[in-house]
Amino acid sequence: MSGRVIVVTSGKGGVGKTTAVANIGTGLALNNHKVVMIDADIGLRNLDVVMGLENRIVYDLIDVVEKKCRLRQALIKDKRFENLFLLPAAQTRDKSEISPQQMKALCAELSEEFDYILIDCPAGIEQGFKNAVAGATEAIIVTTPEVSAVRDADRIIGLLHSSDLDDPMLILNRIRPDMVRKGDMMNIDDVNDILAIRLLGVVPDDEGIIISTNKGEPAVLGKNSKAGEAFRNIVRRIQGETVPLMSMDFDPGLFGFLRKMFNNK
Amino acid sequence: MDFIKRFGEDTPSKKQAVERLRLVLVHDRARVSPGLMEKLREDIIKAITRYIDIDEDKMEIELNSTENRAELVANIPVNRIRRVPDKKIGEEIGTSLS
Repeated sequence: MSGRVIVVTSGKGGVGKTTAVANIGTGLALNNHKVVMIDADIGLRNLDVVMGLENRIVYDLIDVVEKKCRLRQALIKDKRFENLFLLPAAQTRDKSEISPQQMKALCAELSEEFDYILIDCPAGIEQGFKNAVAGATEAIIVTTPEVSAVRDADRIIGLLHSSDLDDPMLILNRIRPDMVRKGDMMNIDDVNDILAIRLLGVVPDDEGIIISTNKGEPAVLGKNSKAGEAFRNIVRRIQGETVPLMSMDFDPGLFGFLRKMFNNK
Repeated sequence: MDFIKRFGEDTPSKKQAVERLRLVLVHDRARVSPGLMEKLREDIIKAITRYIDIDEDKMEIELNSTENRAELVANIPVNRIRRVPDKKIGEEIGTSLS
């Protein structure tokens, strides 16, 4: 068996990489795949708290690479799913303590046992980024509809082109339908035109994400979260299904309703 | 009340976002892959020398941008204009330019 090794990256920080990894990983596990998520952000680990697993960490990625423990000992089993695991980043070490070759070997080893290996890449384009992409065979780029985030995403796409990851997929995160309607936010087509890569999904801005992060429970598990629904669709697309893009026209409110009528005239 | 306020706004800010991104990416992409500009230069030389004998050493190609547009500026000194297209170069272009 050989699993898919997918790196989730963005260039810019704070666009939702870790949230995306947590939700995609949980969504894939929900659909009975065997999944491991690697937090490659050495020194700034976060995936553990987003998943609500921060109290269970004993060993980390660097311990595995330095052979202080066996790989199996460092893998933390999720609270909710038997088939979902986390390999946490080291918090008090430096990213120079792991090399791209070591990441490659680690991913190869994990892909013998798991269906999906998701790598949460650190922000930036330095050593940490190079480590995170080294073992991956596919890439997901997360961006938000802002000038700075799209610019950085473009840079990352360029860098991935010179590696083997020349067909990345895009997640457009934190779309605000109300602002798009007013013409104050770039829409899906605008971003797609500029970046010109495969669109994997669009995730609406959702307060529920903050609440789910507060609790350490991925939004993909909540039935009422719009972002959760968007991530469930993304997971199905990763599995190879064709799922239409979610309508961004939900809950326009009274003024939204009036504006729509007004604009249609 | 925001739909009433819209009467005063004729340029929604997303247009500026798209336009600024387009400009900044022209330069970002050219810098990230200098090889691309070099290939462009070679192909331009091939295409032009079919018709015109140029001074390749003094030729300059650069990307410039002003506030609202980017432009490719080429300064190509001409030595001589051919009477008919150079067949030999023509064949080469046929195979290497696509």
